[in-house]
Amino acid sequence: MSDTVTKDAATKDAASGHLASDKPSADKTPRHVALFVTCLVDFFRPNVGFAAIKLLERAGCRVSAPTAQTCCGQPGYNSGDSASAAAIARRVVDVFEKFDYVVAPSGSCAGMISHHYPKLLGEDARYAERARKLAAKTFELTQFLVDVCGLEALDVSLDRKVTFHDSCSSLREMQVRAQPRALLGQVGDLNFRELPDGESCCGFGGTFCVKYPEISDRMVTEKIANIEKSGADLLLAGDLGCLLNMAGKLKRAGSKVESRHIAEVLAGLLDEPAIGEPETGPATGGER
Amino acid sequence: MSDRDTVLAAIRANKKALPSDAPAARPAPVPARGRVDGAARRDLFVRMAEAASASVEMLTSPEDVPEAVAAYLAAQNLPARLVLASDPAIANLPWHDHPMIAHRIGAATVQDHAALTVAFAGIAETGTLALLSGAETPTTLNFLPEHALVLITTDDLCGTYEELWSRLRAATDDGAYWPRAVNLVTGPSRSADIEQKLLLGAHGPIKLHILLLDVEA
Amino acid sequence: MESTADRFVDNAHRALGNEILQQALGHVRVNFIEKRRQAVEALPEFEALRQAGRDLRDRVLADLDTHLLAFEAKVLEHGGQVHWCADADAARNKILEICREAGARRVTKGKTMIGEEIGINDFLAAHDIEPVETDLGEYIIQLRHEAPSHLVAPAVHVTQKQVEETFRQAHRDLDATRDLSEPRSLLSEARAKLRQKFVTADVGITGANFLVAETGSSVIVTNEGNGDLTQTLPRVHIALASIDKVVPTLDDLTVLLRLLARSATGQEMSVYTTLSTGPRREEDHDGPGAYHVVLLDNGRSKMLGTPKQDLLRCIRCAACLNHCPVYQAVGGHAYGWVYAGPIGAALTPALIGLDHAADLPNASTLCGRCEAVCPMQIPLPDILRHWREEEFNNKTTKPDRAPQPVRRGLRLWAFLARHPRLYRLATGIGRRVLAGRAGRSGRLDKVPLAEGWTVSRDLPAPSRRGFHAQYRKGYRG
Repeated sequence: MSDTVTKDAATKDAASGHLASDKPSADKTPRHVALFVTCLVDFFRPNVGFAAIKLLERAGCRVSAPTAQTCCGQPGYNSGDSASAAAIARRVVDVFEKFDYVVAPSGSCAGMISHHYPKLLGEDARYAERARKLAAKTFELTQFLVDVCGLEALDVSLDRKVTFHDSCSSLREMQVRAQPRALLGQVGDLNFRELPDGESCCGFGGTFCVKYPEISDRMVTEKIANIEKSGADLLLAGDLGCLLNMAGKLKRAGSKVESRHIAEVLAGLLDEPAIGEPETGPATGGER
Repeated sequence: MSDRDTVLAAIRANKKALPSDAPAARPAPVPARGRVDGAARRDLFVRMAEAASASVEMLTSPEDVPEAVAAYLAAQNLPARLVLASDPAIANLPWHDHPMIAHRIGAATVQDHAALTVAFAGIAETGTLALLSGAETPTTLNFLPEHALVLITTDDLCGTYEELWSRLRAATDDGAYWPRAVNLVTGPSRSADIEQKLLLGAHGPIKLHILLLDVEA
Repeated sequence: MESTADRFVDNAHRALGNEILQQALGHVRVNFIEKRRQAVEALPEFEALRQAGRDLRDRVLADLDTHLLAFEAKVLEHGGQVHWCADADAARNKILEICREAGARRVTKGKTMIGEEIGINDFLAAHDIEPVETDLGEYIIQLRHEAPSHLVAPAVHVTQKQVEETFRQAHRDLDATRDLSEPRSLLSEARAKLRQKFVTADVGITGANFLVAETGSSVIVTNEGNGDLTQTLPRVHIALASIDKVVPTLDDLTVLLRLLARSATGQEMSVYTTLSTGPRREEDHDGPGAYHVVLLDNGRSKMLGTPKQDLLRCIRCAACLNHCPVYQAVGGHAYGWVYAGPIGAALTPALIGLDHAADLPNASTLCGRCEAVCPMQIPLPDILRHWREEEFNNKTTKPDRAPQPVRRGLRLWAFLARHPRLYRLATGIGRRVLAGRAGRSGRLDKVPLAEGWTVSRDLPAPSRRGFHAQYRKGYRG
């Protein structure tokens, strides 16, 4: 545990050019990272979880995905059911606190743990301090790979025009913006295009998208217009919720743009069809 | 119970003291941009005022003011006529040397197209004029005419608002003679209420012309 | 003002289908956001000022009574009057009383959201006093019998063409063949019309962006100059302010001024910032003979000491509206009452009751862009969550909001989430059903109980086998 870098320290190190990974580590056991798989990855796209494991191992970490995990409690938290959310949060603390780090391939779930758990359990005498400690060592995947591990040389390439959607939680709760771009910059042959109006929400919003479908649809319609405007043929993001929403809209609209989680590209795990694409579809990773 | 008592009682019942570990009040940041003096302050004032669509004309002697006013009115195709503040800095200027300028001294009316008044101060930080109401500087001069001309000397430029308030406190015996109106004016009147298209000259002046008397030059 | 906040979903539906409104809303996205960004970039101290502004407001709210009393004492010292009003009714009656004492037939008005809150225009009109809005945007919507849809750009929902139609209808004394095709000609016409009103008004009513305790001043921040003509020309000036507007000193005022215009319109300063202090002095040649401050509570004191208190830091810059994807989609009127956008969604339930505005805190993705741009760092998403929590725990919530099934569903989810084996069993069944229906197509275009999703987008199909099932068997990608 002594080599655990908290987020503040990681940022400071990164800013001064001394990444945690630069420190002599010969006499140290590798960081033991717990993968917070997320309920959406478990349900919709396990490939993202395996890509995350591959990336973390490449960065020199020992990775476990505790089987006792389920969900971070965000659906209840955002729907006003704080009591249930707190009950789930306490469980997550129990399961994950023994690891050096917790990493999620999602800014939303990482944000829930690192941003909201301390508030949610702040009055809980047994859990308040533990929630704060867990929060300090919980990271979004690309943030962890860059700020803590200093991962370089991914040794993958992808000859595609790619754009990236920043999820609201990544961008504003986790302050993640540079990290995914830095990693994509290491992917050979990749042609990156910024998404116009990139700070706007895609309209997913958890239960929002089914409670207020018309407004959600307007938002995602704007978003896919900007995706098309970027000229990209592959949309990446770090949150599966946003991706399901945007891919679902792109496909309904008959767009040729494909959607993937950024981890799949960084890990080179592209055998599975892109999100929402048929299994007999064109081979991914190539030209169309 | 009066409404006053009701409201105060409700506030007192509900208000919550700051947490005991709250940091003590720190002085708020003062933009570094405004912490300049001399020529730098003058140049900043001019730059910021012009950025807010005011025009600034530099003069080196008070005697030049009537001539500059006449030239401005001519350039705007206006009759050589205006209403003046009775402030000695304006009223004592050699207007008699310029008999072609018809002038009246006092408050403005809706018939006046142009007015000349004097600013208490200018704030370089944002290119803003501080105009005070008073017997010698009626407020209507600032708002009714389409062309507002304002005289100010470089001595009266402040870098920041903090300086303005210090000078104003000093000039009013620590607020005892506080003027009815303090108008902070940054450029001419404008509106963007029709489809966000910015138009100058809404209800106030369409032009703000600043005569900046450089006493250090 | 009457509320339709309880019909948000219908309001939003109509707004989304209103092409003219959608065209008008397009201007919000482009202009306000980019101009604010440039202004913030041009001031390196902006973030530090946000902190200072927040701390300042928190300090004032912790001792609000003291600061209000200090303000009152200074107003009296300078010959003005302060009228404390607990609710809208009291404020309306006090204003009417002042107007009647002045023998007023016509009242000019500067922009005031508190005026909207207490419905002062209709009230005065019902008592034979003509209220005239003088801010161009407010004038336009008064002629159209509409409410403002934005805090600083009240007519942002109106297109230029509609303004022309409105003016032709309202100004029938003018030449019917006149050219009104340019915004400039519309502005000139309004200016000329309102000049007549300015010089014939008996009372001027303005809002107040701030009240300064040090000097007993009410402060208005405007660009058009209408607010100043409103408070300078008539015999009586009434400044209408809520109790949260007070700041202790001129230096405190400065902190908030440095944040306000930059956040609102991207200006360094608005054109006119005016401190009004008491009535005209004996030697003055102009200015009102009487100066009144109507100080309104209307539910705000109840917010003190609660998680909603932070809303009282608001300086009404509208940055949260401009950056809100929901506001951008549906505009201000859908929110149904005076305040729109994130601040409206958070404030309206506090002022008119959660039962009358329960959709507002829910109709948000909690994307957080409002909090990120708020100059007062108001934690708007957290406050929206607080309302959701109150609604969830409030058994008296209206039956048509169907809280029971929602509550049961969430509780079931929470139960499963704490029992991984049952969770895997339940999600496994769901996954197999959906994956089976999708076949090899990779997506579903119809899902029972999720029509809200599939009505406008496909649902990517779940994986046939979950992550944990594969991981447990040793699969690693």
